[in-house]
Amino acid sequence: MSMVNVTINGTKHQFEAGMTVLEACRKIGVEIPTLCHLKNLAPSGSCRICVVEVEKARTLVPSCAFPIAEGMVVRTNTERIRQARKMIVELLLANHPSDCLNCNRSLTCELQKLAMEYEAEHKPHMKAKRHHAIDASSPSLVRDPDKCIICGRCVRVCEEVQGVGAIDFTKRGFESIVLPAFNDDLADTTCVNCGQCIKVCPTGALSENFSVKDVIDALNDKDKVVVCQVAPAVRVALGESFGVDEDNVAPLLVDALHRIGFKYVFDTNFAADLTIMEEGTELITRLTTGGTLPMITSCSPGWIKFIEHFYPQMLPNLSTCKSPQQMQGAVIKAYWAKKMKIDPKNVFNVSIMPCTAKKFEAQRPEMEVDGIRDVDVVLTTREVGKLLRAFDVELKACTKTDFDNPLGESSGAGAIFGATGGVMEAALRTGYKLVTGKELDTIDIEAARGFEGVKEATVQVGDIPLSIAIASGLANARKVLDAVISGQKKYHFIEIMACPGGCLNGGGQPTHFDVEALRKRLAKIYAIDKAAKIRRSHDNESVKTLYAEFLQKPNSPVSHKYLHTHYHARPEKC
Amino acid sequence: MSAMHTSKQPASKLAFNRRLTREEISSGALAKQLENLLDRNPAKTVVYVGLGTCGLASGGQKVWDRLEERKSKGEIDVVLKKTGCIGYCQQEVMVDVKKPGKPRVSFSNVDVARIDKIIDSYIKGDTLPTELVIGISESYPEGPEFQIPADWKGVKAFKDLPYFKKQKRVVLKNCGTIDPDSIDEYIARDGYKALTKVLDMTPRAVVDEIKASGLRGRGGGGFPTGSKWEFAFNQPGPQKYIVMNADEGDPGAFMDRSVLEGDPHRVIEGMAIGGFAIGANHGYIYCRAEYPLAIEKLERAIADARSYGLLGKNILGTNFEFDLTIKKGAGAFVCGEETALLASIEGKRGMPKPRPPFPAVQGAFNKPTVINNVETFANVPEIIRNGAAWFAAMGTPKSKGTKVFALTGKVKLSGLIEVPMGITLREIIFDVGGGILNDRGFKAAQIGGPSGGCLPTQCLETAIDYDSLIEAGAMMGSGGLVVMDDQTCMVDVARFFINFTRSESCGKCIPCREGIARLQEMLEKIVEAPETETGNMALERMKAVIDLRKTCELIRDTAACGLGQTAPNPILSTLRYFKEEYEAHIYDRKCPAGRCKSLLRYMVDPQACIGCGICKKKCPNAAIVGEIKHAHYIVAEKCVRCGVCFEACPKKAISCS
Repeated sequence: MSMVNVTINGTKHQFEAGMTVLEACRKIGVEIPTLCHLKNLAPSGSCRICVVEVEKARTLVPSCAFPIAEGMVVRTNTERIRQARKMIVELLLANHPSDCLNCNRSLTCELQKLAMEYEAEHKPHMKAKRHHAIDASSPSLVRDPDKCIICGRCVRVCEEVQGVGAIDFTKRGFESIVLPAFNDDLADTTCVNCGQCIKVCPTGALSENFSVKDVIDALNDKDKVVVCQVAPAVRVALGESFGVDEDNVAPLLVDALHRIGFKYVFDTNFAADLTIMEEGTELITRLTTGGTLPMITSCSPGWIKFIEHFYPQMLPNLSTCKSPQQMQGAVIKAYWAKKMKIDPKNVFNVSIMPCTAKKFEAQRPEMEVDGIRDVDVVLTTREVGKLLRAFDVELKACTKTDFDNPLGESSGAGAIFGATGGVMEAALRTGYKLVTGKELDTIDIEAARGFEGVKEATVQVGDIPLSIAIASGLANARKVLDAVISGQKKYHFIEIMACPGGCLNGGGQPTHFDVEALRKRLAKIYAIDKAAKIRRSHDNESVKTLYAEFLQKPNSPVSHKYLHTHYHARPEKC
Repeated sequence: MSAMHTSKQPASKLAFNRRLTREEISSGALAKQLENLLDRNPAKTVVYVGLGTCGLASGGQKVWDRLEERKSKGEIDVVLKKTGCIGYCQQEVMVDVKKPGKPRVSFSNVDVARIDKIIDSYIKGDTLPTELVIGISESYPEGPEFQIPADWKGVKAFKDLPYFKKQKRVVLKNCGTIDPDSIDEYIARDGYKALTKVLDMTPRAVVDEIKASGLRGRGGGGFPTGSKWEFAFNQPGPQKYIVMNADEGDPGAFMDRSVLEGDPHRVIEGMAIGGFAIGANHGYIYCRAEYPLAIEKLERAIADARSYGLLGKNILGTNFEFDLTIKKGAGAFVCGEETALLASIEGKRGMPKPRPPFPAVQGAFNKPTVINNVETFANVPEIIRNGAAWFAAMGTPKSKGTKVFALTGKVKLSGLIEVPMGITLREIIFDVGGGILNDRGFKAAQIGGPSGGCLPTQCLETAIDYDSLIEAGAMMGSGGLVVMDDQTCMVDVARFFINFTRSESCGKCIPCREGIARLQEMLEKIVEAPETETGNMALERMKAVIDLRKTCELIRDTAACGLGQTAPNPILSTLRYFKEEYEAHIYDRKCPAGRCKSLLRYMVDPQACIGCGICKKKCPNAAIVGEIKHAHYIVAEKCVRCGVCFEACPKKAISCS
């Protein structure tokens, strides 16, 4: 690697050629502010907050987009730069609602932070403001264009990372705004509700469609038995918002939720184990009876809507299994409620998810049995944080408590559903047993792990050399599907998660896009697996009991009634 | 990639139904064979009608139809030809008549009645209606000597008319003279000879020739064309592109349009030479869709060049391959910026991208791409044919050759002119342009469109080249030159251009998107009517004034592309040269030029008013009060400043300040 000499703020440094000025500065601890910059994506250079002085350049240059060169002299903190940044922030503030006090991103807003750092002033003579109505049409996402600073991060993530392109820049100049095509409601677009846009939004322009109030209303309703389930990825991220750095905050959260008034707190990991029994059996049936292959997982509701819009011809390849959230919901209402002699109509089923698309999934018409909705309300990890604060609950001070049974028992296989490749690994652990009658020699399947966008492997399962692929991030899903459709690749089983890295990076998780935080979450997930008493779904005693008492056996007609469904094509252009 | 456009036009009648050879073009044999197309000694009278967009807009089609009608009736035995615009746009419709044995003569402001007169007295008869003649266009800009018939009293050759005298025509050489639909006419005028010549050279030698000529980009920035080509030449292939920027969008600019409509083969030849030099086998012409006639001419020219083997595979029997695709722009000014233009070619929203990487390294579809303006490419064949030294001999030390300007505004003779670099602003406005309309005083010349600036009287002696204009606070731009007289308000002019850039900003970067809108807001405040202003608003206005220059400088320093960085120029240059006009607006609340309506005050002189009541009756907003035979009074708060009372007062008792 060739090195180049660059002088930054008077000191000489050496950097690898090809870095941007921003990367070089950050490497030596010169923290340049950014608003539009997104690591790993091509620089857009639109916000100009990161401008620096480069000797001999006519104007200030955007450090995020400017490559370093031999002998370059860079200054990052002159008065000219500070004034420019301050004025840019002032220009943004002049066209921004001044409602920080009741904005959901207050204190996590990047614009607010810059405004304070650069002591931006209010400019009373700057009067005109863009105004667009709030779009709350989607059950998952809310867009408030008035808070949009048109940095374009959401547009780039939607297009480049997720391959969806539901929103884009429209109009010109001062009237420019990010909107769905033809200013359609977001609900009427190809938006898959993944919420990755929320995670990159620097302001409060994008958020989930909040449901905290619905939950509080239910908690206040004396006729309702309010229960909830907690998804595997929530427990490795919620602690970030409460300063709790434990591998697993679920035991604290169970107590917290009890304190708030949830009668029973169940574990989605239980349903993950159940999913493995159903999906593993389905895969083996397809493999042995000449069913449609490759079979593709159906746990990620963002991915489901994506395939409905863009690859409807592949719908027969989709597993018919509902997602763990919906399975858990159906089991709670059809099995547990009956067991507890509670009218399922009075059970209010809340699910706590790292995901915004789960809100959409929960209200899909398919997701009910005999007129009983599987899940009533979905809260994101961020919302449950708000809920806890609203009820004066400090996570740190809670007592570690086990999930309520019987729907609280789970295996390590269920836990790893929260990471890309986790469903695959869990399915292989059980599939191997179902086919061969023996257990896998090595339970950790490294080929399925890690943040790589597309992973491929061949795993010998008995006589079958099972060819698998794992994709996370929908642009990566496109690559895999296109290769399958063109005949370039042949797989038996594909796991697809809408969000890059899987649920641990879901659209409902705490808002930041720090890769290090993601790595931490990933490590925690595998630590939970490693520490689990049982690590295979088929060893889950409560699941066994469920089959014995209610479902009979995997893929039985009863299972199909409660745990399986079908999806339908949606227009690619709405 | 090729043949993207299926033209609805009938196929051209070509002189040859075959591919041409290098030898017949380079030896001049072909030009000689086609010599009769030059109409030096035609057998029959030839009538040329200027049917560029300007000619058509002035009613050229009616003149053409009349000529055809009378020809079909057998009244006249003539050859009818269509030409583009010779640049005398103000005098359109222009009709040229070449009778055997007489020099080609040009008539201006022709309508149906006048064409009848021309037919009857000159084409059929032999009396030249000298009052309709503008000059003799024979041998303009070059050609053999000729005699002016003795009875043509007072008729001058074009080269002796003030409008043409100081012009130097390189790019516009054929415009308005040849039939743009005829590739044969272009070849007869040594067309495609330069392309033939480069096929015997190495690409490196072609790049060096352009470098040596000192040609700089005519689109505005003035970057040395040869260096740009060299960057792309040095990039690894195999796929590279040549792009012609014909997204001419400056208000009042129409240079590119006239070249494309009047002499399309010239730019096609220039692009092919560029393709040969950098190693590109494909070119895109990015032309705004608002130029349908230019696109039509280009489509025909490309098709004809293909059938002669001048485009496509194995050009003129060599291994060189080059073809063209026309891409229509959807009308965004920012698509004239090269990275936005490339995004648009790729089918994306036209928004600029950060540079580096520069297009010469990573351009269209991420391949090395050279983007040049229409006028730049139009210069290329002349440089190759006549040599770099010939070109470098014209102009100033740092700006070589000529520049085409669209001369408009309050000037007597407006139109398209081509002048050598280094000519002074005074020469352009007062010699070529004939001075200020109605002999009013000169106030400023706006050069370079929305990115340019306004130059005052003290800049009249400035020798025009890229660097002197930037020094003076304007820029060459693509060549719009708007002349303003003493009735122009410079604050209003700045406001006009800022309004333009405000709505044409792509909205990508914050300084341009938000900043320009604030500039506009500040300027609006400056010209706001005082009586609607509260004390708080006056304070805000003063705060805005303090921010005006700071905001301009911010945008210039931080905007992402050329459009944004230069957008404050109209304000900065007027602040520099016309500061007192701003001060009059801000402090005295007056518009010295009387253009800013809301600052105008209409007042009745009570001494002069006879109380006739006419003004009161005519006022559209009941803003005038008064009894008959008593002095009237205008209520300023209600006055809409329409000026009706001012015009109506029989005693001139109403004044305006």
